[in-house]
Amino acid sequence: MEITTANPTFKLELTSSPHVHSRWSTKQAMWFVVLALIPALISAVIFFGPYQLLIILTSVLFCAATEFAVKKIRKRKITVDDGSAIITGLLLGLILPPNFSLSSTAIGAVFAIAIGKEIFGGLGYNIFNPALIGRAFLQAAFPVAITTWTQPSYAVDTVTSATPLAAFKFDKVVTSIEPMFLGNVGGSLGETSALAILIGGIFLIIIGVVNYRIPLAMILGMILFAGIFWIIDPVKYPNPLFQLFAGGFLFGTFFMATDWVTSPITSKGMWVFGFGIALLVFLIRVFGGLPEGVMYAILIMNSIVPIINRYTRPRIFGEAK
Amino acid sequence: MSSNAVYSKIEIDMFSFNHTKTFKGGIHPSDQKVLTENLSFEVMPNPKQITIPLTQHLGKPAKPIVKKGSEVKVGEIIAEQNGFISSPIHSPVAGKVLKIIASATVIGFPKDAIVIESSEANEHVLMSPLDPETVTPQEIRDRVRDAGIVGQGGAAFPTYVKLSPPPDKKIDVAILNGCECEPYLTRDYRYMLERTDDLISGLRLIMKAVGVEKGAIGVEDNKPEAINKLKKAVKKHSNISVEVLKTKYPQGAEKMLIKAVTGKEVPPGKLPFDVGVVIQNIGTAIAINDAVVKGEPQLTAALTVSGLGINKPKNLIVPIGTPLAEILDYCGGVKENAAKVIVGGPMMGVAQYDFSAPVMKATSGILVLTEDEVNDHEETPCLRCGKCVDACPLNLTPTKLARLSSLEKFEEAEQLGITVCMECGTCTYTCPANIPLVQWIRFGKQKVMALQRERQTI
Repeated sequence: MEITTANPTFKLELTSSPHVHSRWSTKQAMWFVVLALIPALISAVIFFGPYQLLIILTSVLFCAATEFAVKKIRKRKITVDDGSAIITGLLLGLILPPNFSLSSTAIGAVFAIAIGKEIFGGLGYNIFNPALIGRAFLQAAFPVAITTWTQPSYAVDTVTSATPLAAFKFDKVVTSIEPMFLGNVGGSLGETSALAILIGGIFLIIIGVVNYRIPLAMILGMILFAGIFWIIDPVKYPNPLFQLFAGGFLFGTFFMATDWVTSPITSKGMWVFGFGIALLVFLIRVFGGLPEGVMYAILIMNSIVPIINRYTRPRIFGEAK
Repeated sequence: MSSNAVYSKIEIDMFSFNHTKTFKGGIHPSDQKVLTENLSFEVMPNPKQITIPLTQHLGKPAKPIVKKGSEVKVGEIIAEQNGFISSPIHSPVAGKVLKIIASATVIGFPKDAIVIESSEANEHVLMSPLDPETVTPQEIRDRVRDAGIVGQGGAAFPTYVKLSPPPDKKIDVAILNGCECEPYLTRDYRYMLERTDDLISGLRLIMKAVGVEKGAIGVEDNKPEAINKLKKAVKKHSNISVEVLKTKYPQGAEKMLIKAVTGKEVPPGKLPFDVGVVIQNIGTAIAINDAVVKGEPQLTAALTVSGLGINKPKNLIVPIGTPLAEILDYCGGVKENAAKVIVGGPMMGVAQYDFSAPVMKATSGILVLTEDEVNDHEETPCLRCGKCVDACPLNLTPTKLARLSSLEKFEEAEQLGITVCMECGTCTYTCPANIPLVQWIRFGKQKVMALQRERQTI
């Protein structure tokens, strides 16, 4: 094409700078998270059997359907294809106990999306992690079912109590690290295998979906708090590695606390948020009535994210230190 | 911090090469320099008609001193400086003034311009060459002013003003900006390769004009050939160093470059003078050299014509006033899938709609981008991922500032430092939700600045 006159002969875009973009999109990031959850999904099937896929599928389907329905009722653009409801479904499914009832799963999924997310205005506006809201609701509604733990298929130890955390809390039994690392212990579907979680989590950090600060702060925080008490009394308090690998701590670290929407935007704030969660998890586990505290710790810290953002705003370049 | 402490920090930072210097934040866009980096400058023939806007610099428009029908020679003044922050304009061609009209410009607004029909004649009026070794600081400043030299980095600030620091400011170092951190552009790179000695001569004149002992040239580490060539050339000047900087946008922003080279931060609302630095672009240094050593006023612009949408990418030297259309034609025309024509770089340049707009003194590039190269993502809600906060080189909170601007909460935006923003576009580039962050911030910033002016008048 030749430009021989002052007037262009082709259609011109006239938006203002910058004219190029990183090509990152919300959708792409969301689907990377889905991909990163696949190792945890596989570990759930390996250790607890193929039935668990039905729980996860139910959770995903009901999350997606709820979002679709709410958007339809509110006459808003259907955004199911951005993948965020799928993630909520996967996350909720993976933090439920093995062989959990499908109808209860569906109720939890509807609650997670409708009350946890859409009531605030949808993706980007929710205060709390929707999957954790769903799980908290199920814990209140079905307290017995949600703490009934099936032993993993390859269980060889003679521990009778269900999860390592409960075993420690009620019987002072410390599960060894190796089965907890692989996932061959009692617990929620996707939470038992540290290996699977680390594969997905580190993948997300490397490609840049997850910022390293929150996971690092949580892990360092837990080592610090658990370490101090363990040094003081190694019989009464479990060692820091046990605290890291037990329960939902690693899953929460890489997949729940790092949720973009419900975590701080400032780098200092991310550190505060991570340390805060680690401290709360430790306090609940050691001094609280429940064996596990990851869910409540994250939900509590979610609620103060706006304050964290406000007080950790970075110093503007060139302003006095 | 006392000024002594600041000074010793420079000493340490400036002459240590054990790490690649940079600033915090920033982005790594695909640089696309491969399209033109190995093409030598080509001199484009004079067009038949040129259009010279009277506003090619920051400040007051120049005052025309020719009329319709006036005969002009190459280098003759056609519009004179009008006030302290202003710059004279010279005719880059010999010919006849056709008219003085309002013309389209590459900055997006029509401006008064002198239209000259060029003739075959090649009569020059040059200024007398000066000896760079014996010239005085005042002579350098006067020559730079009379030659109509303006900053080549984009803002087009009259250079002689930047060479006249207030007497109470102690200047420690003169820095040449060879970062060229905008993708696609290779003009400064070609200058560094093809006119190495002239740019060092220009830097030495700058150092002399502001009375500093130390000079530095900041270059990103993606230009190893330029770095080698410069390092060889500065060997005979022990007081000039070549600073290798990390390749990262916006490394060439004034504040970022000063931070990387000296470790000092220019406070909001302050100038490089305030931290003891004078900073100039590579192209400006060469123009200063030419004005002093050869007596040439600023008559041409060197620019990169690139992008996947132009048939023959080139590095060109063209007379000021050449219409964009002629340059695009000279470069083989645009391809079918061209979607956007930009003057400047892809991060901060201006999209063009009228190709009769002429090249100006500070024009550094013309890019023809295709549909694949331009940003056409859909905007989705902010997910508070914090990527913009992490990337902002000035440590602002772009998502918050953009939101406050869109809600018209300008006072709050002002408190959060919206006027500090230099509009580099890093936030918009990095946003996964593709929110036009810097665009909203620009809007808010203008409103806040209007509020501040109002307050001053009351």
